[in-house]
Amino acid sequence: MDTRKRTLVGVAVTMLLVMLSACGGEYPQSTLHPTADFGSEIDRLFMTIVWWALGVFVVVETALIVAIIKFRDRPGAPVPKYVHGSTVLEISWTLAPAIVLIFIAVPTIRTIFRTDTTPPENALQVDVIGHQWWWEFRYPGLGIVTANEMRVPAGEPVTLVMTSQDVIHSFWAPKLGGKRDVMPGRTTRISFTPDSLGSFMGQCAEFCGASHANMRMRVIVEDSAGFAAWVAQERSAPPAEETLSGDVAAGLGVFRTKGCIACHTVEGVAAGVLGPNLTHVGSRATIASGILPNTAEGLARWIRDPLGEKPGSLMPPMPMTDEELSALVAYLQSLN
Amino acid sequence: MAATLDQHAATTATGPSGLWSWLTTTDHKRIGILYGVSAFAFFLLGGLEALVMRLQLSAAGNDVVSAEFYNELFTMHGTTMVFLAVMPLSAAFFNFVVPLQIGARDVAFPRLNAFSYWVFLLGGLFMNASFLIGAAPNAGWFGYANLTSAQYSPGLHVDFWVIGLQVLGIASIAAGINFIVTIVNLRAPGMRLMRMPVFTWMTLVTQFIVVTAFPVITVALVFLLFDRTFGTNFYSVAAGGDVLLWQHLFWLFGHPEVYILILPAMGIISEVVPTFSRKPLFGYAVVVYSGLLIAILGWGVWAHHMFQVGLGPIADSVFAASTMLIAIPTGVKIFNWIATMWGGRLKFTTSMLFAIGFIAMFIVGGLSGVMHASPPADLQQTDTYFVVAHFHYVLVGGAVLGLFAGIYYWWPKVFGHQLSEAVGKWHFWLTVIGANLTFFPMHFIGLLGMPRRVYTYAPELGLDTMNLVATIGAFAMGLGSLVFVVNAWYSRKRGKVATANPWDGAMLEWSMASPPPVYNFSVIPNVKSRLPLWSEDGYEPRPLPQTPPQSIHMPGGSYWPLVTAIGIIVGAVGGLTQTLWIALLAAAIIVVGIYAWAFEPFEV
Repeated sequence: MDTRKRTLVGVAVTMLLVMLSACGGEYPQSTLHPTADFGSEIDRLFMTIVWWALGVFVVVETALIVAIIKFRDRPGAPVPKYVHGSTVLEISWTLAPAIVLIFIAVPTIRTIFRTDTTPPENALQVDVIGHQWWWEFRYPGLGIVTANEMRVPAGEPVTLVMTSQDVIHSFWAPKLGGKRDVMPGRTTRISFTPDSLGSFMGQCAEFCGASHANMRMRVIVEDSAGFAAWVAQERSAPPAEETLSGDVAAGLGVFRTKGCIACHTVEGVAAGVLGPNLTHVGSRATIASGILPNTAEGLARWIRDPLGEKPGSLMPPMPMTDEELSALVAYLQSLN
Repeated sequence: MAATLDQHAATTATGPSGLWSWLTTTDHKRIGILYGVSAFAFFLLGGLEALVMRLQLSAAGNDVVSAEFYNELFTMHGTTMVFLAVMPLSAAFFNFVVPLQIGARDVAFPRLNAFSYWVFLLGGLFMNASFLIGAAPNAGWFGYANLTSAQYSPGLHVDFWVIGLQVLGIASIAAGINFIVTIVNLRAPGMRLMRMPVFTWMTLVTQFIVVTAFPVITVALVFLLFDRTFGTNFYSVAAGGDVLLWQHLFWLFGHPEVYILILPAMGIISEVVPTFSRKPLFGYAVVVYSGLLIAILGWGVWAHHMFQVGLGPIADSVFAASTMLIAIPTGVKIFNWIATMWGGRLKFTTSMLFAIGFIAMFIVGGLSGVMHASPPADLQQTDTYFVVAHFHYVLVGGAVLGLFAGIYYWWPKVFGHQLSEAVGKWHFWLTVIGANLTFFPMHFIGLLGMPRRVYTYAPELGLDTMNLVATIGAFAMGLGSLVFVVNAWYSRKRGKVATANPWDGAMLEWSMASPPPVYNFSVIPNVKSRLPLWSEDGYEPRPLPQTPPQSIHMPGGSYWPLVTAIGIIVGAVGGLTQTLWIALLAAAIIVVGIYAWAFEPFEV
């Protein structure tokens, strides 16, 4: 085998490995492993198109390769005949792709109408509000406001009613379904019914400025008991101020004096609206729109250097001592 | 008299030389070379930007560059490759090849042609000057409102982009009009429309798209400029404006723009494949009509870039259907190229290899295109690396490979010597293998959840390995381009001297010496067939009758196009800095430039 052939085989094998690795493995943000009806409908349609495309690919590339091998210039090769065209061939290779396209267009249009319908009346409504660069989730029927982690019950229809506070974002949780833009001055919707429990990753898909890459989120699907418990917890009032003690009480002081209250809401303490509502921030798994774990260390990193963790972030770094910081972290962790 | 071609070329003045002659040239061949060299420099710059991005993405959570700089890089990579590399590289071929193919001595408006070039060059330099003051455009080549508003994009970043694109639009529209008039009016006797070479045909179609599509983005950009500068409210939501207005206008331009990028390359392929198959193009008329049909249908598909905004099921279905329709004429072209090769006697020159690479990779890009023509599938794929894979198969596998096929094909005609075929093959394999290593994994990177335009990604996504493979491929492509530069450099002295028709091509550009004399044709040919240099019944190149020139008048050079172009760029600086006296100075230069240009004596 000459070098060129060996290189080509190497490339082909790499490609094949890439394709195979896509089938297995853990891909938490994959479009190919749906966990809701919306995602499954799309996946089915996509696979139909993939098979047709593979068929066309094999036929046309084979024709090209055969032509290359069979008609290569070599000693004794016949003088090419002057052929200018063939009406029969032209008509047939105009009709052939048209027929293939019909087999793609019909299921496409059927899926469009199936996935773009009015959601059922009993659907759980979650209002999604895009911000640079975090997600606000409001449950108007339940009186819950949270950020970056959406909780929904399995097996029940969910409808998202979405708009943006600033620029265009796009809500994309691939395992649940397709994306939809979240735009200022407009309301957009998607609906889905999750069919598996788990925490599914998603992120903003429309370029929205410096930290577009850091605008992540999670959709956590729970069974109905788990969801009910979460709802009860989110609706509970935070502990009264006079019951706090030690670091937590000191942290509340820091929260007040270092300006946090200007932008964040904690029920009974602060009513800022520029940043995420922190009333139950302790119950979330991540902070800073999904880029840091919600641990003491993660919180400290975030408060120390928000612009380093999330370039362009509107949250300014507030000068504070290490003691103040750990008190603040303790306070935030107590909010659950 | 029976002077041979080469003696003839040697005894004819090849025109003046020196820097001044290049600054004032109105010779379409020299302007073509200027376009080619400038565009290739921008191509290398855009490629460098891509390599830095690939380094950053080679591992999750990398910090080779900052978020802000990454956003500037991908904005300028897209803008550069579309407006400063691929379009002007095509323009290099329009300039050099079209007048030769139609039997003309120059374009219809030689000074307007020079003007187009200088405006393009200065506009490109203007936009890239933004890097020097740390204010490169950073809102994407698509510049979606309202991220581009003064509120969300303060500073000069977006101003550089808006004003730069307006300037480049002037160059494109002027060139578009010039080539339409040239092709319609300056064809040699006997060259009917349906005898025109397919490359000339695709040039004509492309220019019609340019002159109709660019006004649309001009309007969109004027709105944006007014919003940013004068506080108007075209895209301002708070004042009742609509962010989607931009998207409709941008893609109404943007999708035809895709065909502005690809149709010239399809034209090149339609010249290269028959020559090296030694057979006429199969289904000439169908290939021409397919190009026309692609251009016309290209106007009715823009909203497929917007399925994710929620247009509703009816609009989604209509735009899905119109988009899928384009696959038909595109497929027909591919079938005709393969049928041209079928039964031929294929010579695998570097040019032919690039042409075959084009066909092989364009098929992949076409098929992934059908996938996101389907709105539900697109809702998962748009704004992810799947789309990045798709359009790079079309624009690198398609447009760039097509342009390289053209470069190797016409190089001997342009410079009088050939590029090294051996080095060219290294260039080809590095480029094609590199492109597939880069862009093939991107299909999966996108399907497995990586959005576009992200400077970093979470390690949890599990996409490190595939991204590393893509980065390695990108560097292979970069190496390929360097090999080409070396090839071009060494061929100046060591390249095989080219005869008039080194590839035994069939079209008129191969009828005169290489490089062609200033006046192109000593005698304007009388065209009797689609393949003027091939005999009617079989492949057999024959020279055209040549006679030494009697007295051929060629227009002299002029510096007024350059002066006028400088006036426009001064105006761009005035707009950028919002300085009245600079704007007035610009107006004065432009008025003087145009006046002097209009009343320039015929003989210089």
